[in-house]
Parts: sequence; C-alpha cells; structure tokens
Amino acid sequence: MVPLSWYLIFAAALFSIGLFGVLSRRNAVAILLGIELMLNSVNVNLAAFWRYGDVRMMTGQVFAIIVFAVAAAEVAVGLALVISVYRRRNTVVADELDLMKW
Amino acid sequence: MTTETLIWLIPLPPVLAFFLIVLFTNKSKALSHTIGVGAAFLSFVGSMIVFFRAIGEEHLGEFPFEDAIRWLPTGNSWFEIGVLIDPVGAATLFFVSITIFMIFLYSVGYQNYGQPVGDHDVKGLPPHGATIEEHGHKRVVPSVEPMYSRFFAFLGLFAFGMYLLVVSDNFLTLFVGWEIMGLCSYLLIGFWYGKPSARDAAVKAFMTTRVGDVFMLLGIAYLYSATGTLTFREIFTEETLHVLATTPAWFGMTTSGLIALLLFIGTVGKSAQWPLHVWLPDAMEGPTPVSAMIHAATMVSAGVYAVIRMFPLLTADYTGHGLTTTMSIVAFIGAFTALFAATIAVAQNDIKRVLAYSTISQLGYMIAALGIGAYVAAAFHLITHAFFKALLFLGSGSVIHGMEHGVLHTGNHKVDPQDMYNMGGLRKKMPITFWTFLIGGFALSGFPLITAGFWSKDEILADAFGHGHWAVFVTLAVAAFLTAFYTMRQITLTFLGEPRTEEAKHAQETPWTMTTPLVVLAFFAVTYGWVGIPEHFPLLGGLVPNWFHEFVGSTLAEHPEAVEFNVIPLLASLIVALGGLFFGWLVYRNVKSVGDDKLQIPLLKNKYYFDEIYDFLFVKPAYWFAENVVYKLMDQGVIDGILHLFGPGTQGFGSALRNYIDLPVINRLIGDGSANVTYWFGGKLRAIQTGRVQQYLMLALITFVIIGAALYFFVFAA
Repeated sequence: MVPLSWYLIFAAALFSIGLFGVLSRRNAVAILLGIELMLNSVNVNLAAFWRYGDVRMMTGQVFAIIVFAVAAAEVAVGLALVISVYRRRNTVVADELDLMKW
Repeated sequence: MTTETLIWLIPLPPVLAFFLIVLFTNKSKALSHTIGVGAAFLSFVGSMIVFFRAIGEEHLGEFPFEDAIRWLPTGNSWFEIGVLIDPVGAATLFFVSITIFMIFLYSVGYQNYGQPVGDHDVKGLPPHGATIEEHGHKRVVPSVEPMYSRFFAFLGLFAFGMYLLVVSDNFLTLFVGWEIMGLCSYLLIGFWYGKPSARDAAVKAFMTTRVGDVFMLLGIAYLYSATGTLTFREIFTEETLHVLATTPAWFGMTTSGLIALLLFIGTVGKSAQWPLHVWLPDAMEGPTPVSAMIHAATMVSAGVYAVIRMFPLLTADYTGHGLTTTMSIVAFIGAFTALFAATIAVAQNDIKRVLAYSTISQLGYMIAALGIGAYVAAAFHLITHAFFKALLFLGSGSVIHGMEHGVLHTGNHKVDPQDMYNMGGLRKKMPITFWTFLIGGFALSGFPLITAGFWSKDEILADAFGHGHWAVFVTLAVAAFLTAFYTMRQITLTFLGEPRTEEAKHAQETPWTMTTPLVVLAFFAVTYGWVGIPEHFPLLGGLVPNWFHEFVGSTLAEHPEAVEFNVIPLLASLIVALGGLFFGWLVYRNVKSVGDDKLQIPLLKNKYYFDEIYDFLFVKPAYWFAENVVYKLMDQGVIDGILHLFGPGTQGFGSALRNYIDLPVINRLIGDGSANVTYWFGGKLRAIQTGRVQQYLMLALITFVIIGAALYFFVFAA
C-alpha cells in the first residue's frame, strides 16, 4: 500500500492546480471548474485520512459525501449566476464584471 | 338609627347634592333642583327627628346627644371632632332646617323654573325675559335663570356649611363650617358676576368677613394653646373656665376675656356688626333667596350662634355685678349697631336694603343681649328673627318678582323693581305676599302679644332693665321705635296707597313655590313667640309654660334666672312698637314721590359715609400700597431686578460655552474631525477597491499565506 504522504502530496497538487485556475483564468466558468478541483482535493484528503485512520469511524466518508452535495449545489447556483450575468452583460469574463469598482 | 348617627348624617345630603349637581346633573335643570330640594328636605326631616327626640329628653342640658371620633394625633393625645346637640343646638337646628328648606323651595320659583329660555340672556347676568307668542300676539314673560343648576349647587354647599356649624361639638369644625359659608356667600353674592356691582359686593363681603375671621382664628389658636382642647364640653367645665378666668392676659383682661373678645371679632365680621357692617347691605346684589339665606337662616345667625356657644367663656370672669371689659365691648357694639343701623334703614329706598340694615340692627339687639348676659333672650330673638326676617326677605323677593312682571309688561327697563317709590298699592295685586309681609313686618316691629318678635324683643328689654343696664335699655328702646317706624314706612310705601308707577299697576302674584314658604314662615313668625312667654306676664303668663326658657336655659351649667316682671320695659316695648308703627303710617301714607320724603337726609342716605371713610382709610391706601410698593418697588424693582441679573448672566455664560467649548471642541475637533479623518482614510483605501474578483482573491491568498507563515514561525515553531 502506498504511504499516506503520497495521497497528501497528490491532494496538495490538485488543490494548487485548482487555486491557480481560479486566480488566473478569466472565464467565470473556468473559475468554477477550479473551485471544483479544490473541493475534490479536500475529498481526497478526507478519504485518505479515513482509510489510514480508524476504519470503523465513517466520519471521513460521510463528510466527503456532504462536500459532493455542497459542490453540486454550488455549481448549479454558480452556473445559473454565470448564465444570468452573460444574459445581462454579454460576457463571462470576470475582470469585466467590475460594477462594484469605484 | 341612633340619634347620634342621625346627627352625623344631617349635614351630608346638601354637600352630596352640591357634588352631584356640579359633576353630573349640571345640564338638567329639573334634575338639579330635584336633587337640591330633595337634599334640603332630607336634612330637614333628619333635623326634625333630632329636634323632637331632643325635646323629649329629660336632662338634655346635662347629657346632650354627643359623639366624637379621633381625628388628628397630637403628640400623645388625639384631637377629636364630633357632633353635639344640646338644647341650644336643637333649637337652632329647628329654625335652620325649616328656613333652609323653605329657601330651597322658594328658589325654584324665584329663578323662574318652567319659564322659557330668555331671548338674549347670558350667564352671569339676571334673566331679562323672553318673548312668547300666545293667541296670535306677542308678550314678554320672565325667563329662566341661565345658571339655574349652579345656583342650587351653591345653595347646597351653603346649607352644608350651616348644618356643619350647628352640629359641631368643637370650635374647629364650627370654624370650618363658618368658612365654607364665607366662601359660598362670596360665590352667591357674585352669582350674577356680569354685573360689576355684584362682583364688587362679593369681594367686599369676602374681604370684610375675612378681617373678622382672622381674629377668630387667633382666638381659636389661643384657646387651644391655653386649654389644649377645642371641644365645647371640655372647655366649658368649671375647672377649665376657672383657670381661664383667673389667668391674667394683656390689657388688664383675663385669658377667657381676651379669647372671647377675639372670637367675638369673628362674629362682628360674620354678623355684620359695626364697624364691619359695610358688606351686608351690598350683599343685596345677590339673588333674593341668597339674601334670605345669608341674612336670616345661616351666615349672620351663625355669628350670633357662635357667641351663644362661647357664652360660658364670655361670662367666665363675670361675678354678677359690673360687666367685664369684654362684655362691655360686646354690649356696646351690639347696642350701638342696633341704633346706628336702624337710623340708616329709615332713609333707604331699596326694599332689600331696608331689610339689610334692619338685619344689622336686629343682630345688634342679640349681641347687646349677650353682652349684658341675657343668654336665653338672645337665643330666643335669634330664632324668632330668623323666621320673620327670612319671611320678609322672601316677601321682598316676591315683591321684586311681581314688579319685574310689571317691568316686562311695560317694557320700560329703566324702572328699578327694587325701589319702593316705584311701588305702592301692591296689596291688591299680591294679596298673599302682602299679608305674609305684613305679619313679618309686625313681628319685626314687635307688634304686641300676637307676634313672635314682641316676645323676644320684650325679653331682651326686660333683661336689660331688670339688670340695671340703663344705657343699653334706652338705646335698644329707641332702636325698637325706629325699627317699627321704618318697617311701617316700608309696608306703607310698598303695599298701601295707590300704585305710583305703571309697572306697579301690572305687578302680579308669584307662583306657589314662592308663596308657600311665605305662608309657612308667617305661621312660625307668629306662633314661635308663644313658646317663650314669661311666667309672670299679666294675664297671659303661665297659660303656656315658658318652655323656651327652661329648655334653652338648661344648656348652661348654671340655669339663668328669669327676670322679675316689671311694667316699665313692657310699657316701653308697647309704646315703641305701636308708636313706631303709627308714625310710620302717619308720615308715609300720603307721600307721593321721593321728593316728599323728609327723612332723605344725606348723612343717613349715605350710611354715615362709612363706605367713603373705609375707601379713604383702607381701600385707597391698599391700592396705593399695591401700586407703588408691591408692584413698582417689589415686583418691578426687586424681583424683576434679580431676574434681569439672571437673564444677561445666563446669556453670557451660554455664549461663552458656545464660543469656547461648543464651537471649537465639540463641532470642530470631534464633529468635523472624525468626519475628515474618515474621509481621508476612505480616499486612501479606495485605491484597492479594483472591482476585480481575482485580485481580491489573490490578496486574500497572500494575506493567508503571510498569516499562515507568521503563525508557523512564531507560534508552532517557537
């Protein structure tokens, strides 16, 4: 069995990729994708800690499932927002959505 | 119900009526007078029950009806108030309740109940009459008093004051009743407050009686400090009186003498004795039932009643020979007032004013009688006088009312319906009023044998003669002659002869509510004298026992002896009464107008200029003092001066606060400063508000990393 650290390194890498996507991509849909990656890297961590810890304790798995549900809901709302913004502003580029700017 | 409980309840109905009328039924005239007359009736019934139980008691003088409750704690004892009905109280209650009830009833008619509302009557002025259309032609009829309900409310309060005074067993509640009446007399004399003369008369009455009341209060305070109690029966014990009579006070008087003198000054004000008599004639400005109320049933009687109450105190240091200082003063004021007022009454033309001076004169009679120690005679004259003087006042009100009819008929409002020279021949127009007035007038004059006034006046004269007070006897006899003279003058001018004006021709008899009281009072004006016929009187003496003397005399610890019968005072009173009446008729039977009246002497007509003298001595200086000292010096100089110091001072202080604290510190530093700082800070900070989400996120990430690194290096690693 591969050691726990591998999983953690993998998850950290996945999180960093997601974070990079969120910060660098200009397309709002792509930012959402980045957020998904970050969430899933957390899930990997949860699953890994469950497996290497006390297997009878289901908390890690249950928590991972909750994160799935939250992520799905979040994507649904996020995409709806993106569509709504596109209809109004005719763009999905985050930098152009600067109504709040002074 | 026990008699004591009943006595407690007697004063209550009128005061309840007062509050009911004032608070609730003021709008309804019928309801208000029903409550007022009903209350008077209840008190009347209660008084009668008490009176008849009282005369049924064997030893009421020694064991009167009395009951007391603790009222005020005074250190380690209690100040008690209570009720007391002894023989004098019972006799007073009898005439007070009858006259009060009659006056209430009479007021219904006098204030024109049932008549239409006047055309242009206003509150505060007497009603002017209303035009009604009847059988196609218009005529003017009397109109109802605009403040009808208020009148009954005031009468109720007045009656309460009198009942309270009569049933009191101590000087304090007596004084309370006394003052309530003072207030009510002010309210009632000024009832038609739209008339300046009525307003002035009300103020005058209040101020004049106030002078007496202050002295009376002093007397009560002195009495309390000397004896520690104000209850009659505790003061009038032998030991207390002896102590008071032997303790010297100032001016060579004993304590009892000085206290009695102070209390007596209260009576001088209330019973309108010289020199405080000036208010009573002016009190005629009030409606006539008020005059009767003040002059017969209540207030002025209250003054004499108070002297009768304090009689043991007055005579505490009296040994039987030679009057004490206080008694001499009392006798002098009484006798002097009796003569003095009688001379003025001769020259008055206003029907009510004659009676007013007559009242002063008759009260002087009673006071003089008390001054010479004729206790029973004074009480007797007080009661008979109350009946016939109430009768005369109500009768004169009836005459005025009849004359007002005439005035409304002719429409000539210039004619004074109270001036006797505008009357004449009214006997045919107003027969009931005439006959009752005649009875009242004869009683006042002391018409021999049949009238009450004869018996009471005769007793006073007999007492004065019997005890050798010659000066008093002669003065009172002359006053009695003048009394008979002006009474006959009044009757002749008013009722006999032919009408002197168109108005008198059209005068009308008054309604039953007014004539019934006249008849009832006329009955007592005759019969009440028969209860006090002296035992040794020729022929009549002994036929009826001298009940009054026995009954009222038993109030005192030492029963006063009835004076020996002597023919001289009897002859004197016969001569003055009949002679006065005869001369009055002789002189005035042919007088056609005021110009023919030989007795219109300016000195008498102007009441010896007492009003003018008082105006010069007291009223003018008071005005001067008010204007120059109180207003200009005190108010404008001192008070306003201080205020003017405070005003600018406060203003200076205020502007200093504003200039040195408020504007620089509060406004600039704190107010403007905080806003400026926030503005400047906002200006700097807005540069980072780029509006780019990813930039914010980047910033958050960098902050996170820095904080994380800091935590790692300084917390976990350390």
